[in-house]
Amino acid sequence: MADLVKLTINDRHLEVPAGTLVIEAAKRNGIEIPSFCYYEGLALQAACRMCLVEVEKAPKLMVACTLPVAEGMVVRTETPTVQQARKSMLEFLLSNHPLDCPVCDKGGECELQDMVFRYGAGESRFTEQKVHEDEKQWSPVVFFDMPRCILCFRCVRICGEGMGVNALGVVNRGVLSEIAPNKGDHLECDECGMCIDICPVGALTSGTYRYKTRPWEMEHVGTICTHCSNGCKTTLGVRNDKIIRGNNRDRSGINGEFLCIKGRYAFDFSDHPDRLQTPLVRTGGKLQPASWSQALEVVAKNFQDVKQRGGRFGVIGSNHTTNEENYYLQKFARQVLMTNNIDHHRTGDVLTLLDALSGRNEALATTQDLYQSKAILVVAAELALEHPFLSFQIRANYRHHQAHVYAVTSQPVREDKTATVIVRAAPGAELSAVESLREKLKAEPELIILYGDAIKGDGVRKLVAFGTSLGIPVKYVPLVDYSNSRGAVDMGLMPELLPGYQPSQAFGLTWADMLASEDLGALWVIGANPLKNAELRARNAFMVVQEMFLTDTAQIADVVLPAASAYEKSGTVTNVCGEVQRLKRAIQTMGAKPDLEIIGLIAKEMDAAAVVGPWTSDSVFEEIRKNVRGYDVPVAMIATGGAAQTMPVNGRIAVESRTDLIRSTHDNLFTSGTLGRYSKMLNSVLERRLNYH
Amino acid sequence: MTFSPELEAKFDKLLKSYPPGRQRAAMVPMLLFAQDEVGSVTRELVDEVAKRVGVQALQVDEVITYYSMLHRKPLGKHHVQICTNISCLLTGGEELWKHACAKLGIGHKEVTPDGRISLEEVECIGACSWAPALQVNYDFHHQVTPEKLDQLLDRLRKLT
Amino acid sequence: MLYNEPSPLEVRVLSRRFGLPNSASIDTYLATDGYKALRKALEMKPEEIIEEVKTSNLRGRGGAGFSTGMKWSFVPRTSPKPKYIVVNADESEPVTCKDRVLIENDPHQLIEGMLIAALAADAHAGYIYIRGEYRYLIDILDTAIAEAYQHGYLGKNILGTSFSFDAYTHTGAGAYECGEESALLESLEGKRGIPRIRPPFPAVVGAFQCPTVLNNVETYCAAPAIIRDGGAAFAALGVPKAGGTKLTCLTGHVNKPGVYELPLGFSVDKMINEVGGGIRGGKKLKAFIPGGSSCPVLTAAECEGLTMDYDAMAKRKTMLGSGGVVIMDEDTCMVKVALRIMRFYAHESCGWCIPCREGTSWLRKTLVRFHDGMGQRDDIGLIGDLAKNMLGRTFCPLGDAAALPTISIVEKWAAEFEAHLNGRPCPYENVSQLVMA
Repeated sequence: MADLVKLTINDRHLEVPAGTLVIEAAKRNGIEIPSFCYYEGLALQAACRMCLVEVEKAPKLMVACTLPVAEGMVVRTETPTVQQARKSMLEFLLSNHPLDCPVCDKGGECELQDMVFRYGAGESRFTEQKVHEDEKQWSPVVFFDMPRCILCFRCVRICGEGMGVNALGVVNRGVLSEIAPNKGDHLECDECGMCIDICPVGALTSGTYRYKTRPWEMEHVGTICTHCSNGCKTTLGVRNDKIIRGNNRDRSGINGEFLCIKGRYAFDFSDHPDRLQTPLVRTGGKLQPASWSQALEVVAKNFQDVKQRGGRFGVIGSNHTTNEENYYLQKFARQVLMTNNIDHHRTGDVLTLLDALSGRNEALATTQDLYQSKAILVVAAELALEHPFLSFQIRANYRHHQAHVYAVTSQPVREDKTATVIVRAAPGAELSAVESLREKLKAEPELIILYGDAIKGDGVRKLVAFGTSLGIPVKYVPLVDYSNSRGAVDMGLMPELLPGYQPSQAFGLTWADMLASEDLGALWVIGANPLKNAELRARNAFMVVQEMFLTDTAQIADVVLPAASAYEKSGTVTNVCGEVQRLKRAIQTMGAKPDLEIIGLIAKEMDAAAVVGPWTSDSVFEEIRKNVRGYDVPVAMIATGGAAQTMPVNGRIAVESRTDLIRSTHDNLFTSGTLGRYSKMLNSVLERRLNYH
Repeated sequence: MTFSPELEAKFDKLLKSYPPGRQRAAMVPMLLFAQDEVGSVTRELVDEVAKRVGVQALQVDEVITYYSMLHRKPLGKHHVQICTNISCLLTGGEELWKHACAKLGIGHKEVTPDGRISLEEVECIGACSWAPALQVNYDFHHQVTPEKLDQLLDRLRKLT
Repeated sequence: MLYNEPSPLEVRVLSRRFGLPNSASIDTYLATDGYKALRKALEMKPEEIIEEVKTSNLRGRGGAGFSTGMKWSFVPRTSPKPKYIVVNADESEPVTCKDRVLIENDPHQLIEGMLIAALAADAHAGYIYIRGEYRYLIDILDTAIAEAYQHGYLGKNILGTSFSFDAYTHTGAGAYECGEESALLESLEGKRGIPRIRPPFPAVVGAFQCPTVLNNVETYCAAPAIIRDGGAAFAALGVPKAGGTKLTCLTGHVNKPGVYELPLGFSVDKMINEVGGGIRGGKKLKAFIPGGSSCPVLTAAECEGLTMDYDAMAKRKTMLGSGGVVIMDEDTCMVKVALRIMRFYAHESCGWCIPCREGTSWLRKTLVRFHDGMGQRDDIGLIGDLAKNMLGRTFCPLGDAAALPTISIVEKWAAEFEAHLNGRPCPYENVSQLVMA
């Protein structure tokens, strides 16, 4: 612990760690010192001069955002001089700031507006001509209105320091200074929108949100992003059952303020016109709209038939559905359909890692660990594009704690910028290249190793053996693709594994086997598109698909049931680091139902409801907590929006990983499987990028 | 982009003048010296300097828009910079400025149609004790009078 | 080359070689005690050099007037990082043109000064940051540096000792702000000249993030004399708390403007009337700027009994600054002066902090309008108010530099502002400011 320093702020006696800045010491003790340019975690600027305070014995007002506390320091934040100074700064700021609050997107949640309300300067003495520039569009996502900009440089810093992109800079000087994009008149960047959300005023506005609504007209629902596996909290702004925007300005999740383009903008698939809103049943060779009761009846009847004649079932689950849905689905398959033929698209080798660690649960890294560990090794992974939040954490760690970063990849990666050592290896040779780092890594006090899907099976065992041989505490992150890829494995959406990595009695068919099987009686696909580039051998199999869109798979189904998206349901998902978080329903889409409810209704229709139990997410989660090893996490922690790490194993796993089935799709920042294809925003960004290249 | 051997030699010397890994330090001198040869800071020059010192073009843009002697637009062959800051103001700098504008028919940062002479009203150039002063490119002219200015401008018009 | 006749009242220490034939050449330099101080300093311990500089009472000649000996002592000599010498030859403060003549006439004096500072700080490389407008000085210095290498005063094993030092010139490209030491360092590193947050000060974290001695040209140029003749002798030339001489740039409405080396504590009256030959046209003194356009402006009455030194100026609530003196006669329009000064600072504001960026721009616009006869009575109060709202609250001293002269003018010459009110044309506009030479 750092030494404590005693000081007083506004006659309150405080003790804070040495080195704390006065502005932080005040904030932690409930005293607000206003500021624009100060932003926790980013480089200090001392530019906005809003945080001027009186410090005894100082000849003039001091800037609280760069002033470290000192023993016996006496600070006053509300004296007439301080109040006058704040008011004068606001007056200066407003001199060139347009008073267009009524049409400004930021109105109602604008920091400048709030400060003027609180500290005065509402009346202007400025009668000269204002500096004006027309608004510019820098990308499909980012608009810039120069006159509104107060030059706090938050956007420049979040892009440079936070994202490692450096797409924004400052040009000109004096009153003509302005923020500029890296390509003259447009941006070439991650399109993450961090600059927009961090902007305290309406200078940077979002292509999806601008002029749509006012902040107070929305409900703000914090849920988990449904795209990649990083598990970022996204706070959805909802009006009239429509998602208007996504952000995480309240920094409520594991991701703080971080969100990538998908978390922030790619919610728009949810109201895509192609969204399925009514069940479809194949009649006369064509998929025809049907009522839910009709469709469920057809499903139940056919499932019963196949079961009665002893036919084979195939069940393919999803990387996006909740833990509850996955657990319930495998329970249904195993206890009602009496089959182990259940699988999902495996995107990373979690299984071998857990077996190799055999119970060393302390060797599983959390997203927070990535921010704190002294050393990090990235093997065969493009984190910035495929795991943007993990990449963000590593950069923050480097910035704040000078973490040593090692990158062993075949291509240049963004981690190179912060890397202590960069090793370039031919694709497939990354693992052997790690060996060259042995001596350096041995000297580290601790290490986290992240590895991509190229490392699997024996590769993972070798990597763990390497880690163990270093003689230092090593943690691992097995990279997987989607929002609940990890949970799908944990919940036993596998022919060889029951929930919690218990081997199943008799191994069922894998995904590939199901498609190749000649005598499959029924195929049930939930939130997956296995027939995108494949064919179903058993052409006469009865096929049910639960989906949001008429995918390649859904098109040849006998019954298609419209499913709710992650933003339309409750439940839990497990991220790449094994952290469980809770989804919160933001909207409802007419006609679609959550997969859990659909499975429950099918069970009911088959008179099997008693076998699978109630289909509420809370009751299923209770069952998971009891039955799935490592999931007995504190309910309060996740119920309040927190993340709880799961500790899935405590011994060897008596099943070999099917490495031939592990394949990452390597979705980048602008793609997201089926969801990505139905996001207008992602597509417009992709299109624009293509035009520039 | 190719430069004269003299300029390349200057660049080489500059890039060796700074500690290892600090070659960005050469950016401002490189831009100014190159501008003298190229005539202005062109897009091509920005990219070239960015490449040579190992930064993004945006970082060069940030720099060129900050320094008042770096110009994106071409200036005249003879860039006449008249100081009107305080010491020159008190001794007739403003009159010189107005006189030059009237005589050439151009204003601040403008170039005569023949591209020969450009004018700029500049801030203090460090010739205050010998005011009013002006610079033609880098050459100082001290205690300038309207008559001397006339002679100077006439000479510049004829100079090849 | 000299641009004005020297005055018999000068005490020529730093300018002793001015006017000698080929004064910039190393031969002239060596023939006139050149590099003797370096030989002496090579025999001294770093602490002894610093002690000698402290004894000299030399204070920074760039404008802030901080003790040079103290500044040199702050450099952590034992730090494993390389240490650097940086010369501030940006000379951007309006009314200042002394560093220019120091380099032009005696570049080796500056190089020797750098070498002495390098010995005191254990530095092995130095950069001379020269404003872009002074291109010809780069050529002069590059020549002098080449001469010094040839004669073994620069490079490896200087004069056969273990001491090595390399010197480089570096050009700016037009930015007043780069005269501020931390902005200069940013500029030296190839960035926009935005000042750094301090502490840490350049002595500890300076050029290329390493400990750095950063002084004005004139400050380094004083070092050879101090080491050669002793700190006490230098101190004795000045006043008790400020030793030596100061190059003074006499400008404005005097008969004999020029750069003169005067001992600290020199009478302002004598400077105007004897050194400067009195006010042109026998006019009366109206206003006086002692050290560059960022100083509060004094009235004629305030100049009575005033001497040119740091403390005397502080007592009159102004500053000795960089030595840029402006003499303004009775026909000068003070609104115009305030406007011109503000126009400069608005042009040069880097744009980093709110009060300077917005304040200078606002004041410039208001002063232009006011001088044009479109002012209102409220504007007079507003001008003073806005300047005070900048004062002491900006990120770097540029805000103060803009605010101080403005406040002094609007307070001391309020009547002139009144005279511009309500559409009345500037009462001074018809008086030709042009002096026919």
